[in-house]
Amino acid sequence: MSLIRLEPRGQASQAMVYLTPPLAVVLTLMSGFVLFLLLGFDPMKALHAFFIDPVSSKRGIGELIVKATPLTLCAIGLSIGFRANVWNIGAEGQLTVGAIVGGGLALAFYGHGGWWLLPLMVIGGAVGGMAWAAIPAYLRLRFNASEILTSLMLTYVALLLLNFLVHGPYRDPDGFAFPESRLFEADAVMPILWLGTRVHLGAALALLAVAGGWVLIARTFIGFQIKVIGLTPAAAGYAGFDQKRIVWLALLLSGGLAGIAGMGEVAGPIGQITPNVSPGYGFTAIIVAFLGRLHPVGILLAALLMALSFIGGEAAQIAMGLPKAITGVFQGMLLFFLLASDVLIRYRVRFGARRAVA
Amino acid sequence: MESSPPADAPPPRLELRGITKRFPGCLANDHVNLVLQGGEIHALLGENGAGKSTLVKMIYGVLHPDSGSMLWQGQEVRVPDPAGARRLGIGMVFQHFSLFDTLTVTENIALGLDNPGPMAALANRIRTVSERYGLALDPDRHVFHLSVGERQRVEIVRCLLQDPKLLIMDEPTSVLTPQEATKLFETLRRLAAEGCTILYISHKLEEIRALCSRATVLRGGRVVGACDPRQETARGLAEMMIGSELSTPERPPQGAAGAARLSVRNLSTSSDNPFATNLKDVTFEVRAGEILGIAGVAGNGQAELMAALSGEALIADPAAVQIEGLPSGHLGPRARRALGLAFVPEERLGRGTVPELSLSDNALLSGYASETLVTGGMVRFAKARAYAETIIKGFNVVTHGHKAEARSLSGGNLQKFIIGREILQRPKLLIVGQPTWGVDAGAAAAIHQALIGLARSGAAVLVISQDLDELFVLSDRISVLFHGRLSDSRPTHETSVERIGLLMGGLFATPPDEDGEIARAL
Repeated sequence: MSLIRLEPRGQASQAMVYLTPPLAVVLTLMSGFVLFLLLGFDPMKALHAFFIDPVSSKRGIGELIVKATPLTLCAIGLSIGFRANVWNIGAEGQLTVGAIVGGGLALAFYGHGGWWLLPLMVIGGAVGGMAWAAIPAYLRLRFNASEILTSLMLTYVALLLLNFLVHGPYRDPDGFAFPESRLFEADAVMPILWLGTRVHLGAALALLAVAGGWVLIARTFIGFQIKVIGLTPAAAGYAGFDQKRIVWLALLLSGGLAGIAGMGEVAGPIGQITPNVSPGYGFTAIIVAFLGRLHPVGILLAALLMALSFIGGEAAQIAMGLPKAITGVFQGMLLFFLLASDVLIRYRVRFGARRAVA
Repeated sequence: MESSPPADAPPPRLELRGITKRFPGCLANDHVNLVLQGGEIHALLGENGAGKSTLVKMIYGVLHPDSGSMLWQGQEVRVPDPAGARRLGIGMVFQHFSLFDTLTVTENIALGLDNPGPMAALANRIRTVSERYGLALDPDRHVFHLSVGERQRVEIVRCLLQDPKLLIMDEPTSVLTPQEATKLFETLRRLAAEGCTILYISHKLEEIRALCSRATVLRGGRVVGACDPRQETARGLAEMMIGSELSTPERPPQGAAGAARLSVRNLSTSSDNPFATNLKDVTFEVRAGEILGIAGVAGNGQAELMAALSGEALIADPAAVQIEGLPSGHLGPRARRALGLAFVPEERLGRGTVPELSLSDNALLSGYASETLVTGGMVRFAKARAYAETIIKGFNVVTHGHKAEARSLSGGNLQKFIIGREILQRPKLLIVGQPTWGVDAGAAAAIHQALIGLARSGAAVLVISQDLDELFVLSDRISVLFHGRLSDSRPTHETSVERIGLLMGGLFATPPDEDGEIARAL
């Protein structure tokens, strides 16, 4: 006999499904307030330093968009798969291979570039990510191997491959043996979209992915098949939807978008290939996808929010001397409140033990 | 409703007063009163969605009433959970069994008891109880060897071991052959004679007339009547249940049978799943304009046959399944639909429809090709909505429109929607599994009429069902599926329920299996 029980509600309120993410943000802010108070900081000032200051300058907003770009690209692809019960956890690896292939083209044509090089690099990045995602797709369909494990493990293979390349073939011949490639030429660098910031062409590609993702999910027959397979695989079998094709599509699409994100990082803010292409965008994108309710517009907003927690954390460290862990704490609180609200819209809490038989 | 008993009479075994239970959006039980006397077999009668299951789940402690009181032998009680109900002496046999295939009968029963004791002693008790009530059961057998009837006996014995004073049976005969049902009735009568009260839930009216001494009729969550079913006709009971006059399907005489739309030749399957039933040399054909019924107790290969015919399972030999004379065994569901096949699966929620999606999305689910609801890869949502509305209007589906989620519909209305969706695609061949299982009498009559109409308009219809009454109403010819083998078909008017019942129990002209399973089933 427990004192607190959860009772299922008949039906989850549709409005609450969309209201819980903002609610989780508000609760996070309130808890942050209390947290800062207990730590002995002025809470208003700390929250201001965390959430307002970083985005109160043009440069700050630019940085926000720069960080949200790869998160959005990866999360849109992942969300399509998640809707069809295809659990690609390896976007980080696909992003890395996208950077290796896309950036590799920049190095291969170093000194012989032209207008065609950047489009070629985008395609190369996409193909690299798709190739990496094709491995889990094949293993799942041929051997019934869980794509959760294979895609995750392939991430580490990709990171080691990147390390090998920047220490070897990709290393800058004039770079004093530092594990870095040459700086890309102008033909191989993403054009800046917003002067005075680092916002690059990738942001436009991310918006395109949001729009494309929405059309795919909401308007196309493929999107309908994805929805049916995700909700009720037996009904998809009854209707004659080809589940293998959807597994291929979901993994190739998410791999391709992650590859473009990786290529965009090396050809954008980084400008060369280094051993650290991504601070974990591919993994954070999983959180972004769920925070955005697997909906393209929600994902865009969630990506901006997660990007804010990254740069806000950095800003708060510098301005107030807050510990580095503060970023993780805020991301953790956000997820906690979101998941807790999710439970509460499906269940109601009952206190007190059930009465025994008379 | 009842005249009050004399003051010195014992209190009723169970009395419900003003039981009310509300679910979000529906009042499942509205001030229900029910009196069960000791040793009576009392029928609880009602259509699907009338609130029967909700009521008995409250008696058994699975659900809790919002208001009202429950008196057990004159004492007011609250039943917190099924264990509490068992302590009072209430046992329940559910429609769907909760048995583990890989455990023995004794192990399964031990799992369901609150204090099973040593296994050897328990096995002896099982033997004693099963002999005493004529429930032949071997405690050491594994459940996956058992027929559905035997599995039900396991559930009954599990209840009887606790000496129940009230036994609730939820649609117990829906999975039994007529002969098995007759045996079950003997057991129930013996139990009642010993003083155990039986609350018997069913919508099979003939059964209730044969077995029960009193009946309480529920409609829309309310008690609408009580009667002695032996004094009523089945038709009278049905009309009390649905609250209006019952229409019997009209059956225009069959014209000359047309060409074979579906021919199945020596269809055999083999599955890695040890619990699947493999089909063995199944051969039959369905001709244009006729309805072929396939009878049989569930688990005799129906699921495998349905999958092989729909294309969800592909067949190694393409010629084993021929649609309109074309070898189709290697074709998937999409290609078979293109040949003119339509299909109504047994599970209407979770295969025939996606529960969380709207009716217009569910119209799209199978109608995308034949109704051209998709062009250039894009869904034509307006057309899908219009198609859903056409189905809703044409088949009298009670719902608040095409936006309603499939799961919000009652079983009967959802089945009308699915049947309508398939029929409106003007199929040349329609395959239907359990068309009216768990469907109320009104909707069942409408579905039967629609199927007969489709066949008379020239389509071939194959109905796979466990409900013999239904097959005798619908079919022009009947075959029986048993242990993966199909009997030769017989014209319906030349056979009888008894003969089909014997075939359902395995009395085939074919030689018995090498493992002697058929002999055992007899």
